[in-house]
Amino acid sequence: MAAVIPLIQTRALTRQFGGLKAVDNVDFNLESGKIHAIIGPNGAGKTTFVSLLSGRLLPDSGTILFDGQDITTMPAHKRVQVGIAYTFQITSVFANLSVYDNVALPVQRRLLQRGRVDPGALHQSVFEVLDRVGMADHAHSKAGSLSYGHQRLLEVAMGLALQPRLLILDEPTQGLSDGEIDTFIELVREIARDATVLLIEHNMQVVMALADRITVMNNGKILAEGTPSEIRANAAVQEAYLGGGDV
Amino acid sequence: MTEVRSNATRIWLLHAAVIVLLLAGNFLLPEYHRGMFSRALVLATYAMGYNLLFGYTGLLSLGHAMFFAAGMYGAGLPVYHLGWDVPLVFATGIAAAGLLSLAVGVLALRTTGVAFMIVTMMFAQIFFLATLYFTTWTRGEEGLVLQPTTRAIEFAGNTISLSDPSTRYLVALTLFAIVLLVSLRLVKSSFGRTLVAIRENEERVRMLGYNVFATKLLAVVFSGLVCGAAGAAYGLLFGYVGSGFASSQYSILALLYVLLGGAATTLGPLVGTLFMFYVIDYTSGLTSAYLLLVGVVLIILILFFPKGLLGTIREKWLPWLP
Ligand SMILES: Nc1ncnc2c1ncn2[C@@H]1O[C@H](COP(=O)(O)OP(=O)(O)OP(=O)(O)O)[C@@H](O)[C@H]1O
Ligand SMILES: [Mg+2]
Repeated sequence: MAAVIPLIQTRALTRQFGGLKAVDNVDFNLESGKIHAIIGPNGAGKTTFVSLLSGRLLPDSGTILFDGQDITTMPAHKRVQVGIAYTFQITSVFANLSVYDNVALPVQRRLLQRGRVDPGALHQSVFEVLDRVGMADHAHSKAGSLSYGHQRLLEVAMGLALQPRLLILDEPTQGLSDGEIDTFIELVREIARDATVLLIEHNMQVVMALADRITVMNNGKILAEGTPSEIRANAAVQEAYLGGGDV
Repeated sequence: MTEVRSNATRIWLLHAAVIVLLLAGNFLLPEYHRGMFSRALVLATYAMGYNLLFGYTGLLSLGHAMFFAAGMYGAGLPVYHLGWDVPLVFATGIAAAGLLSLAVGVLALRTTGVAFMIVTMMFAQIFFLATLYFTTWTRGEEGLVLQPTTRAIEFAGNTISLSDPSTRYLVALTLFAIVLLVSLRLVKSSFGRTLVAIRENEERVRMLGYNVFATKLLAVVFSGLVCGAAGAAYGLLFGYVGSGFASSQYSILALLYVLLGGAATTLGPLVGTLFMFYVIDYTSGLTSAYLLLVGVVLIILILFFPKGLLGTIREKWLPWLP
């Protein structure tokens, strides 16, 4: 098989907080067009790791390649422009703005890259995105007045609106009801048709339903990586994370 | 969709109506009040410039008097010393404020919050002291009086004198109307949406792919240009350029006008400015301790209109107000 360039490649990526190595010498490859899940206990370094990919944080050492290009020191806003979108673990929609404006911001950013922002095109794209997540009816509500589940969905919609090549979802189902989770699984499957998805997720049901590949992190290091069935069978993972039983 | 359309129509009608009413003021207002309105319109323009940065972008500057005064000196000095034409010095005034805001923006935007307030205040203080230091040219606190003959525009064989009360009012109104309509366009545009989003959550805006620093810098420069235009107009219309306009009092005034009228409302600066003008005018006729009364009025206003007059009206009754 011809060697395909991974979409993301990290080499010896390290980030410390004080003495704590939140991300410790991580080599990681992300294959294009897949849904890749990262799991691991609280404090394993998952959010820190994807923050390094998205540029929210800069690494202490190591390199990050995106589609073969070195983006280690590229500022966050430029990474978004080359196609890396990040949705926050802690919901951070613009609570005082309308749902419409929340989605218009990423859409207009994308349109701006191709030149002028045409109001007609903006309007149409915003509603396309809202329709995709089933929130068109809420377009004129204030984002802060939405239910928690809808705010999480809006957060994803904002990532989608950028039409990224890589969409990073940081615990998107946290705090959602079972019904909402089912809708969400469908949505991610659909997103994955156009984009590579990197999914941090605690809910193993969601992970098993969606992931093509799973990486397990613990103490800032990669503990194991493989297909869902390989991970399920891995004894070290059972011990460190799955803890025997409740999966 | 239809709701959005009808709101847009309503908004344009409201702004057009305000401009038409003000135009009628030129013919209906008694002389004394027409003079008050002329000044208020120019200062409301200054406040609109301030509002773009403070109200919409959420950057609280305590030094905007320097941009107002840069416009004023940028226009006034070449008129006084070099006898340049009015249209030309209006442009040099705006350019001076634009350059100053670019320089101050690049440096001050490295800070946020309280530090930003302090840094802008320090820059304004330096500017104020400079107007005193170069007293040979500025005549410091005493200032420069621009003679009416230097404040006339030759146009198609006619002389338009800026010291004529009606001309003065109409020029002030023209500047105000242009800035009002441009601000309205701006805050309803994609750029305006980005500014508001920066005010709400800067980090999120960055993670949506925006260069936040560059966007904020653009807002500072835009605000500086508008304030400079107001300062240039003020000097040329009222014939006086003095360091008092560069003092911290004028920075605070812009903040006060905007807070009273309603931050992040397009018409708030006008409402706030007129309100302050008339409160001071009325109370100073009652007692020499009028500032005390002004203080009481302001406290009452903040109690009942915590978001300023139009800000509170928008929140309670008219959510479509821009
Ligand atoms: N900004 C920060 N300053 C100091 N320490 C931090 C910071 N961010 C994370 N940490 C620490 O780094 C470690 C990894 O945190 P991180 O948020 O990456 O974990 P996580 O795997 O995302 O956990 P969770 O599942 O709880 O979201 C934790 O010990 C955390 O306390
Ligand atoms: Mg996390």
